[in-house]
Amino acid sequence: MGSSARWTWVSWLKIVVFLLLCAPAVAMVVAVVSGRAGPNPIEFLTHETGEMGLRMLMLGLMLTPMRWWFKSTVPIRFRRMIGLFAFFYVIMHFAIYTVLDQQLDIASITEDLFKRTYIIAGFVSLVLLVPLAITSTKAMMRRLGKRWLSLHKLVYVASIAAVLHYIWLAKGDQIEPLVYAAILAVLLGMRLWRKFRRG
Amino acid sequence: MRDWMKMAGIRSSEITDETVFRQRRHLIQAAAAAGITGAIASEAHAKSNPLGMPVKKSDYTVDGELTSEETATTYNNFYELGTDKGDPVKNAKFLKTEPWSVTIDGECDAPGTYTLEDILKPHDIEERVYRLRCVEAWSMVIPWNGFALGDLLKRFKPNSNAKYVAFETVSDQKLPGMRSRVLDWPYREGLRIDEAMHPLAFMAIGMYGNVIPNQNGAPMRLVVPWKYGFKSIKSIVRISFTDELPATSWNMSAPHEYGFFSNVNPEVSHPRWSQAKERKLTGSAGGLSALFASKTETFYLNGYADEVGSLYADMDLKKFF
Repeated sequence: MGSSARWTWVSWLKIVVFLLLCAPAVAMVVAVVSGRAGPNPIEFLTHETGEMGLRMLMLGLMLTPMRWWFKSTVPIRFRRMIGLFAFFYVIMHFAIYTVLDQQLDIASITEDLFKRTYIIAGFVSLVLLVPLAITSTKAMMRRLGKRWLSLHKLVYVASIAAVLHYIWLAKGDQIEPLVYAAILAVLLGMRLWRKFRRG
Repeated sequence: MRDWMKMAGIRSSEITDETVFRQRRHLIQAAAAAGITGAIASEAHAKSNPLGMPVKKSDYTVDGELTSEETATTYNNFYELGTDKGDPVKNAKFLKTEPWSVTIDGECDAPGTYTLEDILKPHDIEERVYRLRCVEAWSMVIPWNGFALGDLLKRFKPNSNAKYVAFETVSDQKLPGMRSRVLDWPYREGLRIDEAMHPLAFMAIGMYGNVIPNQNGAPMRLVVPWKYGFKSIKSIVRISFTDELPATSWNMSAPHEYGFFSNVNPEVSHPRWSQAKERKLTGSAGGLSALFASKTETFYLNGYADEVGSLYADMDLKKFF
């Protein structure tokens, strides 16, 4: 397939996708500065970054099924960027929680981390994404060889943990977390199905 | 101006009966002892305002900055009008508050369905500035206009079996949030009778000197400042006196997370978050400063322990949360 050195339509598409995925972050900042985010901007940012993190994880998991569907490796060329966007939004989510929400109250954060299952799930997801982000470079891919793929299967666990985090934190029987759970179930189910069918 | 407001504007010429008078005195003393207020207690400070009735300043006020009217009327939990905080104001138009009536039933000698005019008529309207602490760990400071809940309840002559008071929110209108089964409609809340009769328990028909907006629970809502906000039920259509503990919506939805009492208590965490601190939504809405507004300590019974602490003197509040 086309080497990255060549300037192709995929390169243009990458720029477009990059800008599209930056846009929510810009929109969040604009909403907070303008006051449109409402009187509790910390809550607003926490929800928005968390939601974006989840969306990026789901989007990233859609690339492999797209590759099957289109019988093309082009979707895979967006995997690193989308994965890193997932990491970016998750890190922002975590930073907003620790710095703005908890105001670096270590005792309170520790209490959350040990006592509350949804915080544990969220933290597990974040921690699992760290090695994936670190090993996302071409050089690391080469260095790790076959192990790279096995390592990056951790994204399945990270995604499950992220969805659990959302399900467990929602107040009342809200529908959105379950929508993410359903999407994730389909995305992971497709992989299992394919594996099972191929034996 | 709404008709019922005019009606309510006709002030009762009755002389305050002695019990009420005594209670007020007691309250004033308690308030003074608690150092709650700087306001002069008994002087009726009537002013003309959009409520269309004189509003007496009461001795209930708190130190510190008020929440802006904009914040208090655009950031709401009122699930019948949607689950996002911004939904209720957007969907406020779907709630029709005229005509409005309230059904009183159960263990009392004067049950019946009363029009809002009848409900409001005898009550003098006063202003009380109360802290509001949401179970979600944010808080506001709001000037409410209304009257003591106990003064209303006494008119229906609860009998000796009336151990609790149950309240219901309007549910016979097709409100946009009710399409979701997020809660088992109608929204229900309840108080123990001694809590309901406590002078601090308040029925509000206005806020900031204005008619209470739909998103804040028009035309009439409860304000129980020592309990988490969801106890202060909005848009009330039914009040029932019961001899058994009434079912309450959040308790039905998640009994291990939301108790019947739901008193503000920094010592008793919500299973999913600490209740030790709160974010005060008292600054101006928007701007970067709100990002760095510091969290403040939450006080037992939301700082009203001197007034209502005795209601829970012999109770294990970790068990009866």
